[in-house]
Amino acid sequence: MATTTEPTQAQPAAAPAPTKPPPTAARRADQRAAQRGSAAGLLANLALVLYFAFSLLPVLFIVALSLKTNAEQTTTYLWFTPTLENYQTVLGLGDSGSSYVRFFLASLATSTGAVLVSLAIGIPAAYAAARYRFKGSEDLMFTLLSFRFAPELVVIIPLGVIYQQIGLYDTIFGMVWVLQLVTMPLVVWILRSFFQDLPAELEEAALLDGYTRRQAFFKIVLPLVRPGIAAVCLLAFIFAWNNFIFPFTLTSGDAQTVTVSSLAFLGGNQVRFNLVAAGAVMAVLPPLVLALCIQRYLVRGLSFGAVKG
Amino acid sequence: MSDDPLAGSRGGTATAETPPPDGAGRDNQPAPLAGAPRVSRRRKALRPYLLSVPAVLLCAGILYPFFLGVSYTFFDFSAANPAPDAVGFDNFTTILGSDAFWTSVRVTLTFALSATVLETVLGVGVALLLNRSSLVGKLFERVLIVPLMVAPILAAIMWKLLLLPEVGWVRPIAQFFGVNDYNGTDSPVMAMVWAVIVDAWIFTPFVAIIALAGLRSLPKSPFEASAVDGAGWWLTFRKLTLPMLWPYLLVAVIFRLMDNLKMFDVIFGLTSGGPGDATTTLQISAYLEAISYARYSRGLTYMFLLWLLVFVISMILVKYLRRIQDRAAGV
Repeated sequence: MATTTEPTQAQPAAAPAPTKPPPTAARRADQRAAQRGSAAGLLANLALVLYFAFSLLPVLFIVALSLKTNAEQTTTYLWFTPTLENYQTVLGLGDSGSSYVRFFLASLATSTGAVLVSLAIGIPAAYAAARYRFKGSEDLMFTLLSFRFAPELVVIIPLGVIYQQIGLYDTIFGMVWVLQLVTMPLVVWILRSFFQDLPAELEEAALLDGYTRRQAFFKIVLPLVRPGIAAVCLLAFIFAWNNFIFPFTLTSGDAQTVTVSSLAFLGGNQVRFNLVAAGAVMAVLPPLVLALCIQRYLVRGLSFGAVKG
Repeated sequence: MSDDPLAGSRGGTATAETPPPDGAGRDNQPAPLAGAPRVSRRRKALRPYLLSVPAVLLCAGILYPFFLGVSYTFFDFSAANPAPDAVGFDNFTTILGSDAFWTSVRVTLTFALSATVLETVLGVGVALLLNRSSLVGKLFERVLIVPLMVAPILAAIMWKLLLLPEVGWVRPIAQFFGVNDYNGTDSPVMAMVWAVIVDAWIFTPFVAIIALAGLRSLPKSPFEASAVDGAGWWLTFRKLTLPMLWPYLLVAVIFRLMDNLKMFDVIFGLTSGGPGDATTTLQISAYLEAISYARYSRGLTYMFLLWLLVFVISMILVKYLRRIQDRAAGV
């Protein structure tokens, strides 16, 4: 077998040596490939630039619009003298009577509250689901996941009736409660994946060293998943902040959030596009800043722990 | 006992009463095992349940309104009729027999499927381009997630303004390319097209970052082998990249399809369901019925039917995902 194949294998290796032309032909082919490569690279970069132009255009537009005066707001020109007047009006500086700051604070209160409640309830549940096999564990996890995928109105309509009856309509507490639909599945699913990443031997070793189960959790496990908890906190906050349908249907004034209030500027007889834009820019900033802090965990967070980036 | 993966090892050493191997150097500490609390077996078995109690209560607090809502579908509950009577399946027969419902189903499926396909194709494309790690790519990767972090309702409002002929930049851009009859979202077809584009603007980065994470975790050797064999780009992508990426991609597709089936913010902010019923998805229909016209039972019936649709599709897809992941883990 080996002896019969030897000559045929040797032939191609020996062939280029005596004849001169092949190397130059090969070089020419190499050059062509390199050219094709750089052309492909150029095309790829062009495609990326096009996509990101599409991606950033609305952002640039809204920032520009927020800096335009009333006279210029219905022009599409790029050249104008920017003004911060719209931001002052939206923030209620002077006597514009804007409630934007109150809406902003309501957003802050409801989102923070929702995250804290989710953490308090979600951390033990996530830990139990990651470390123990027990009856109903998977059922609980999938019930929580189904909240994430359920159309919100199916809960909102009856909840609106209940809230009216027991006085939770248009309250911060009522919003914190209903926002659990958004934050709770996120917290439990992602934290479970973080807990599962820790080897169970860690706790076994701690128990052998005389720690109680509780001490092992608080002194060994919790510090190790702290980055995960921080990431989950911020992500849950972002989703609570960005939610629209719950505050839109279950609040009317006191607990109204900033996402809902942005619609208010669109109503009325005189639509002030520049004010809408200024309000939108300010409402978008907190989630954006927070998201930049947790880029490392975004893949895992957004996929509910299914993809570990 | 057997429910606790740690209980076996701990119980075993506790009964043996042997000093831990590393305990020798810490004589002044209390004997570790003697210090360990003797938790009764029953409490140990109960522990995971106790830890889950708050979450279960919370689920109950959310499931209660859900089932209450489902029960309303058998009544004629509305703001005008606060003391409802049971009407059996009347709501279902009325709605399933109405053209408006089936139009709404068609609109929902059109929107959800086109948006999911567009987001997946664009997302994979962007991920492949960013994975080439050019300088331009590195620069852009940092701002990739910006649209994803904008609240969908605000994104819809931004695009609404951007598309307004007298305010936005799209009209001048369209004119530059020779389109002179640009009219924003005024025509039914364009309203749907723009709704899909806005949804894709927000959520393409979602698919892209998951696909990118998948691409970066793929083993290098199969690609080196295919390069040595002289396989072209398309062949490598179709036969190698795509099948290996599929488990990751499927996660993204499931999330996007489920979300798009119940998308409210984008459509409500952009077109409010119009013009006419061109973008009236099931969520918008339910919103109009339940909130605008205050016919709660009608709206809930719409929602229940949408919930069924989402539930069935998600069951099928999640099962499929499990199978794919098992196969990927088995290889």
